[in-house]
Amino acid sequence: MFIFTETSETRIKKILAKYPEDRKLSAILPLLTLAQDQEGYVTPEAMIEIGKRLDVSPAYVESVCSFYTMYYTKPVGKYVVKFCINISCHLNGCDNLLEYTEKKLGVKEGETTPDKKFTLLKEECLAACCEAPVMQVNNKYHVNMTPDKVDQVLASCP
Amino acid sequence: MTQILFKDIDTPGLIAIDVYEKTLEGYQALKKAFAMAPDEVIEMVKASGLRGRGGAGFPTGLKWSFLAKDVFPRYLACNADESEPGTCKDRELLMKNPHLLIEGMILCAYACRIETGYNYMRGEFWEYESIMEKALEEAYERGYLGKNIMGSGFNLDIHNHMGAGAYICGEESAMLSSLEGERGEPRLKPPFPAVKGLYGMPTIVNNVETLCVLPFIVRNGAAAYAAIGTEKSKGTKLVSVSGHVKKPGNYEVPLGTPIIDIIEKYAGGIRDGNKLKAFIPGGSSVPILPASKADVPYDYESLQAAGSMLGSGALIVMDDTTNVVSEILRITSFYMHESCGKCTPCREGTRWMYQILSEIQNKVGKPEQLDLLIDICDNMEFKCFCPLGDAAVAPVVSSIEHFREDYEELLGSLKTGQPVGTT
Repeated sequence: MFIFTETSETRIKKILAKYPEDRKLSAILPLLTLAQDQEGYVTPEAMIEIGKRLDVSPAYVESVCSFYTMYYTKPVGKYVVKFCINISCHLNGCDNLLEYTEKKLGVKEGETTPDKKFTLLKEECLAACCEAPVMQVNNKYHVNMTPDKVDQVLASCP
Repeated sequence: MTQILFKDIDTPGLIAIDVYEKTLEGYQALKKAFAMAPDEVIEMVKASGLRGRGGAGFPTGLKWSFLAKDVFPRYLACNADESEPGTCKDRELLMKNPHLLIEGMILCAYACRIETGYNYMRGEFWEYESIMEKALEEAYERGYLGKNIMGSGFNLDIHNHMGAGAYICGEESAMLSSLEGERGEPRLKPPFPAVKGLYGMPTIVNNVETLCVLPFIVRNGAAAYAAIGTEKSKGTKLVSVSGHVKKPGNYEVPLGTPIIDIIEKYAGGIRDGNKLKAFIPGGSSVPILPASKADVPYDYESLQAAGSMLGSGALIVMDDTTNVVSEILRITSFYMHESCGKCTPCREGTRWMYQILSEIQNKVGKPEQLDLLIDICDNMEFKCFCPLGDAAVAPVVSSIEHFREDYEELLGSLKTGQPVGTT
């Protein structure tokens, strides 16, 4: 059973008001984002609930959800650490940085640490190419990264 | 040096409406525009020579004039889904000067008689969502948005909409699919969005940078803008210089500035005492060029004549320690990942290219695979549903043309019969 919190409900009202009344399906991405923010990932129950709100089937919600890389359909760590691996970051040594972080966290890219604190992911271009290499922790940008800065950022995650 | 987009961009607190109004004559263009008929504003933008800054470089005023006549409601969708590898100019505008974009959107909407606009931002710009929401709130409070704006009788609502991670949503029709709540797959064109766009209604899709130029044009006149740049490429362009340079960054340059000047004078030259080997002038979707072309002026026509494109304005610089193949492999891996899967040539072609390039990179490729790559590219180019397929082809074909020796270097160490990935 998935229930949107009261805070989420207030936001849903505001979100739905952005689109024409007969076009509420436009709210599907914002609603998926809200559900993920609430539970850490998009659960099958959340997809059912979103489907009900927008008058579409859970399968439709899943088809949309699976298209976008920012939605997780399985549990992830408390902190999702993403490294951009595209060309500008590649020219600035992102591979070494990713390898360094893999060793530091003791997990491979795509995995979560046993204490469920960190999930490590590769990411395609994050549009901060002039400050490469770039990493995001829970969607917050960290730029001009070095191994020392990786240490600092990870240490600042409570 | 004329600064249109980045003028005073580092002013502390510029994201606040008071600072924007005081520093940059903020929202002053509205008064001037509202004294004109909407069609006059379109004519003004046409006369300025402004071209779309998202990648295609299509004349902005002309695009606006394609709107289906007398069909309402119409929509404006600002493309803030900046995802083209190498490009990070819109991010800087969004995080430092959100009101410039809002003012630009209001001007476009007034000219095109649009009453609802959406700003589609890529989901990874999560940190800038609150900046944009706050800026919109301030603009409503000041009466620049909402009903009867500044007594003009013109109404406009602008909403921010966040994506969720998909490069293809930067393609205008895919962005509209996404905004309607579908998978972000592209649509067949025609009909173009100006005729049948969001919710089936006439829609203008413009890039952040394009819209941000409008306040300058309206305030200073078309001639002031057209005075900058070359005969056909008017105005300034934000160039994201990244890669092996001393001072990577976003720089605003007059169109027509020689590429070598952008690399050396703006970005401080090649770092670590190395030499320029190659550069991609307009983001990962355009052909790569060798150092010998660095004297080419940075404008639409000159880059096309040199065999590449200006694209989104992302200048990716590589020094002479680079083997181009490994960078092309990275780009190809990106297109494979981002292909939406809707059409076969793109879905299958990007995968084949990735597989072959991986073999070459791992030194288990075969010389005849270069011809095979060209053949695959030939079967993709102009045969895909949307421009993503063509984009995936450009770096591969151009790198074989200009840097064949980099491929041969890797193919030279071929050990016959050795399985993939064992080196």
